[in-house]
Amino acid sequence: MTKHTLVALVEDKPGVLNQMASLFRRRGFNIESIAVGHSEVPHLSRMTIVVNGAAAMVEQVRKQLDKLIDVIKVSDITEDDIVSRELALIKVKTTPPTRSEVIQIVDIFRANIVDVGADSVTIEVTGDEDKINSLLNLLRGFGIREITRTGSIAMTRGGVVPPSTKKSSPKSEEK
Amino acid sequence: MVCESLLREGVEVIFGILGGALLPLYDTLPHYPKLRHILVRHEQGAAHAAEGYARATGKVGVCLATSGPGASNLVTGIANAHLDSSPIIAITGQVARPFIGKDAFQEIDITGITQPITKHNYLVLDVASLPRTFKEAFYLARTGRPGPVLIDLPRDVQIEQAEFHYPSKLGLPGYKPTLQGHPAQIKKAANLINEAKCPIIIAGRGVIISSAYGELKELVEKAQIPVVTTLLGISCFPETHALSYGMIGMHGMAYANFAVDGADLIIAIGMRFDDRATAKVSAFAPHARVIHIDIDPAEIGKNVRVDVPIVGDAKAVLQKLNKQVATARHLDWVRQLDDWRREHPSLVIRDSQGLLPQYVIRQIYEVTKGEAIIVTGVGQNQMWAAQYYWYDKPNSFISSGGLGTMGFELPAAFGAKIGRPDDTVWCIAGDGGFQMTIQELATVVQEKAAVKIAIMDNGYLGMVRQWQELFYRKRYVATPLSGPDFVKIAEAYGLGGLRVKRKEEVVPAIQKAMAEPGPFLIDFKIEPEENVYPMVPPGAALSEVIEEPRKEARVATDSAKLPVSNI
Repeated sequence: MTKHTLVALVEDKPGVLNQMASLFRRRGFNIESIAVGHSEVPHLSRMTIVVNGAAAMVEQVRKQLDKLIDVIKVSDITEDDIVSRELALIKVKTTPPTRSEVIQIVDIFRANIVDVGADSVTIEVTGDEDKINSLLNLLRGFGIREITRTGSIAMTRGGVVPPSTKKSSPKSEEK
Repeated sequence: MVCESLLREGVEVIFGILGGALLPLYDTLPHYPKLRHILVRHEQGAAHAAEGYARATGKVGVCLATSGPGASNLVTGIANAHLDSSPIIAITGQVARPFIGKDAFQEIDITGITQPITKHNYLVLDVASLPRTFKEAFYLARTGRPGPVLIDLPRDVQIEQAEFHYPSKLGLPGYKPTLQGHPAQIKKAANLINEAKCPIIIAGRGVIISSAYGELKELVEKAQIPVVTTLLGISCFPETHALSYGMIGMHGMAYANFAVDGADLIIAIGMRFDDRATAKVSAFAPHARVIHIDIDPAEIGKNVRVDVPIVGDAKAVLQKLNKQVATARHLDWVRQLDDWRREHPSLVIRDSQGLLPQYVIRQIYEVTKGEAIIVTGVGQNQMWAAQYYWYDKPNSFISSGGLGTMGFELPAAFGAKIGRPDDTVWCIAGDGGFQMTIQELATVVQEKAAVKIAIMDNGYLGMVRQWQELFYRKRYVATPLSGPDFVKIAEAYGLGGLRVKRKEEVVPAIQKAMAEPGPFLIDFKIEPEENVYPMVPPGAALSEVIEEPRKEARVATDSAKLPVSNI
C-alpha cells in the first residue's frame, strides 16, 4: 500500500466528477483526496487524485478511469519529479499569553494569519503534505478547533511533458 | 430528428415499448417506414432482443423505452450487453426538462442508474445537440470494445424543432481505441510463440467481434497450436477441427483444462480471464508465460499476470503476428492433448433409457446439421448447449456470459431471428429462465418469427439444485419448480408445441419443429437430477476438474491429482 498521485485531464461537463468518484467506489478504492479546477485548455479541467493502494490496483483504476469517455488522459505521476501543494485553513485556540507563540510558529512556516478572534486565530498554510502535517503537530498543543484541507494538487517539474500531451503513462501497456 | 439520425446510422429495426414520455417520438415513426418498430411485451425483452440482433448481425441493436419504469426495466438488458461487450443503443424517454429533478410522475435518473453499466450515456438537454449525440453514441457503441450507450430524451426536447444537420466529424478527444497493436510487442509475442514447446490459444468473444476467424485459423494451422475457447468464444473457431479442444473453465472439457494447466505458453485472444474461465487464479496455468491480446487496455493484467501485453483489435494484431510466426509442429504436445482427450472423453453420452439433456442437444445438432444459431438461457441448459453441440459455423452461439441473465434466451433468440431471418435459430431454455421472459412468446408470434424453442424441463432451477446437491448436502431449498404446462402455454400464445418424455420421441419432435414454417416449442421432460459435468468446484484449480462420478477417478496431471470422492 503506497500513496499514489494521479493527474487527470477531463472534460468540463456535469457528472464527470461523479463518474470518476463512483468508479473508485465500485472498484473498492479509497480516495485520500481529490481536487478539481480549470486547466490551461478551455472546457477542460485538471484533477489531482491521491489514492492509497498497491501499484497493480492503482494501475487498474488508472486504466478504468482512462476508459471513461469524458476523461482525456490519466497519469500516475507518483514516480515522476513533481511539485505538489496543498492549502489548509487551521483554527487554533489562543489565550493572550499563547497568541504570540502561535504567531512565531506561523512565521517560521511562512504561513499567514487570516482571521483573529477573541480566543482563536485562523491560519492559512500552503505547502506539501509533510509541511502541513508538521505545522499541525506543533499547533496541536494549543488546541485545534477546526481544520479544512484542499487535498493535493500536483504537476510535473520543468521540462517534463505535461500529462495532457504525454503519449502514455510509464506503467501502461507499452512497457 | 431522432428518426433521421437512426436512418443515417443504418438502423432498420427498433425493439421497444412506448409510454407517455415517448409519445412525441412514436408519433413521428409512421413517417419513417424504413424503421421497423417491433413492439415487445416487457422492456427487458427489448434490450435482450436488441442484443440478440446485434450479436447475430454485428450491427448496432436499438431498443426504446419510456421514462421511469420503462427505463428501469431496460437495466438488466443493458448490463448484460455491457458485460458481454455488445453494441446496443438504448433510447429512453424522460420527463420534460422543467420537471427533471422534481420527482415528477415516471421520472427516474436513468443516466445515473446506468452510468456504471454503459460505455457512455447522454441526457439530451438541447435539441440542436441531438444529431451529434446520436452520431457519437453509435460510434462509441460499435467501435473499440463495443458496449451499450444510453440516450435519455426529455419529452419537451422531442417536440422542439431545429435545423437537422448530421455532423461528419466526431468530437471525442477522450476516446481513441488502440487498434493496431504495438510492433515491438507483436515481435516479442512472435518470439515467444516460436520458442514455445507447449503453446495453447485461448480464444474469446473478441475474435468473433472483430471477425478474425480466418486470421485465427491461419495462426493455428501455421504454427500447429491447439485452441480452446471461453464460453463466449464458442464458434470463433470450428469445433470439429483437429486442433480444437473445446471450452475451458468451470464446465469446460477436462482435456481443455488440462491443456491450459500443462501449457508453457498461453496466447489469449479477445478474452478477459473471467473467473469462470480461469477457476482459481493463483493456480491458473502455473507453467505458462502469457501473451494477452485485447482491445481494452484495462483488461490486461486485471486478473492474470501478463508477460506480453498487446492492446489492439484481434484481426489487426493477428494479421501482423501471423507474418512473424514460424511454421511449426508441436507433435509431442498435440499427442499429449489427444491422449488426454481419449482418456477423459468429456462428451460421451452415457447409455440411458431416461431422457438425457445431452442426448437432446446432440440430436438438435444432428437434425440441424450443425447449421443453426443456438441462443441459450443461463444455467445447466446453457452448459449442455455449449458442450454437446459442435459449433463450426462462425458466430453461431449466443449466450449471456458475463452477467448470466436467466431469461435472456427467448428475447435474444427472437432478436437474432429478426437479424438473420434465413438462418435456423434454436432457443435452448431451462424451465426456470424461460418463465422469466415467457411473455415474449407473444412478440414471437406477432412477428411470425420462426424461432424453435427447446425447453430442458427438469422441474428445478437446475444449476442451483446441482450446487445444493454437491455443496449443501442435497438440501433443495427453493429450487423445485412447479412449472406450467408449456405446451398449453404455447397453444395459448398461438404457436405449436409438443411434449417429449421418451428418448425415441426426440428426433421426430425436432424434425417436426424444423418442418413447421413458424415458431415451435418443445418441452423436453429431462432427467430431473441430471448434473453438468465436467465441473471445476468453486475455489479449485482448472486441473482439479471433476468428471462424471460414474467413471473412475483418474490422475489428472503429474502434479495434480483428482479428488477421489465426489467432493
